[in-house]
Amino acid sequence: MEDRFDLKVKEGDHCIIFYTSGYINNQAGELIARRCFEYIDTGKNHFVINMEKSNMINSIGISKLIEIIKRLMDGKGSLSFCNLTPTIAKTFNIMGLTQYAKIYPREEDAVQHIASVK
Amino acid sequence: MLKDMELAGTKLADLLDKYTKLSHDQVDEIRMAIIEACLNAFKHSKSKDRQVDMIFRLRKGEVEITVEDHGVGFDPARVKEPRIEENLNSSIKRGWGLKIIRSLMDNVEIQSSDKGTRVIMTKKC
Repeated sequence: MEDRFDLKVKEGDHCIIFYTSGYINNQAGELIARRCFEYIDTGKNHFVINMEKSNMINSIGISKLIEIIKRLMDGKGSLSFCNLTPTIAKTFNIMGLTQYAKIYPREEDAVQHIASVK
Repeated sequence: MLKDMELAGTKLADLLDKYTKLSHDQVDEIRMAIIEACLNAFKHSKSKDRQVDMIFRLRKGEVEITVEDHGVGFDPARVKEPRIEENLNSSIKRGWGLKIIRSLMDNVEIQSSDKGTRVIMTKKC
C-alpha cells in the first residue's frame, strides 16, 4: 500500500471526480473536504470519489467524508464512491454512509447515474 | 504520536497474507481493526509513556491480535453506539472506532482498568 496521500481532481460535465491515492487519514480527509467545499461554493454539487488507489482509510478520515455528505444534503447534492476495496465498502456500510452516499463498482457507473438524474 | 503511527501495526499484518490461510480481504479487515485500535490507544488513553504494545498470536484456526496501552482506561459499557443520523446533525463526528473493530473482527474482548486498556481481537482462519 502506498501510504503517502495524493489527491487529483477532474471536472466532468456532470460532476467533479476526486482521485485519491494512499492512506486516507485525518489530514487527507480534511484535504478532500476542503477541495469539495471549494467546488460547492462555486455551485457544483455532485461529486464522485474514486478510491481505486486507496486501500486504507481510518474513522477520522471517514468523519471528514461525513462532513461533505452533511454539506451536500443541505444543498441537494450528492456524493458517490467507486472502486472501493471490499473492506472499505463494508466499513461504509457498517457506519451507515451508504444511506446517504452511493457506492458504484466503476467510475463510469457513478457518472452515468449522476447524468441520468440531473 | 508520530504521524500515521497506527500504520506500523498494519505492516505486521502483511505477514498474515504469507503465513495464514486468511484471504486478502480478511487480512485487510484485520489491518483496518488494528488502525482503529491503535488510534483509540494513541488518541484517548492519555498514557504517560505514549507507548502502545501489540502482540500477534497465530493459533490453529485463528489469529489473535492484542493492542495494549498504559493509559487511564475506560468503561466499554458506557461507550455510546454511534449513529450516522446523529453524526450528521452534530459537530462531533467521531466515536466509530470500536464499532468498526467489532464489526470487522470475529471476536473482540476489552479489558480496561486505571492502569491501561487491552483490546484483544480475534479472526478465524
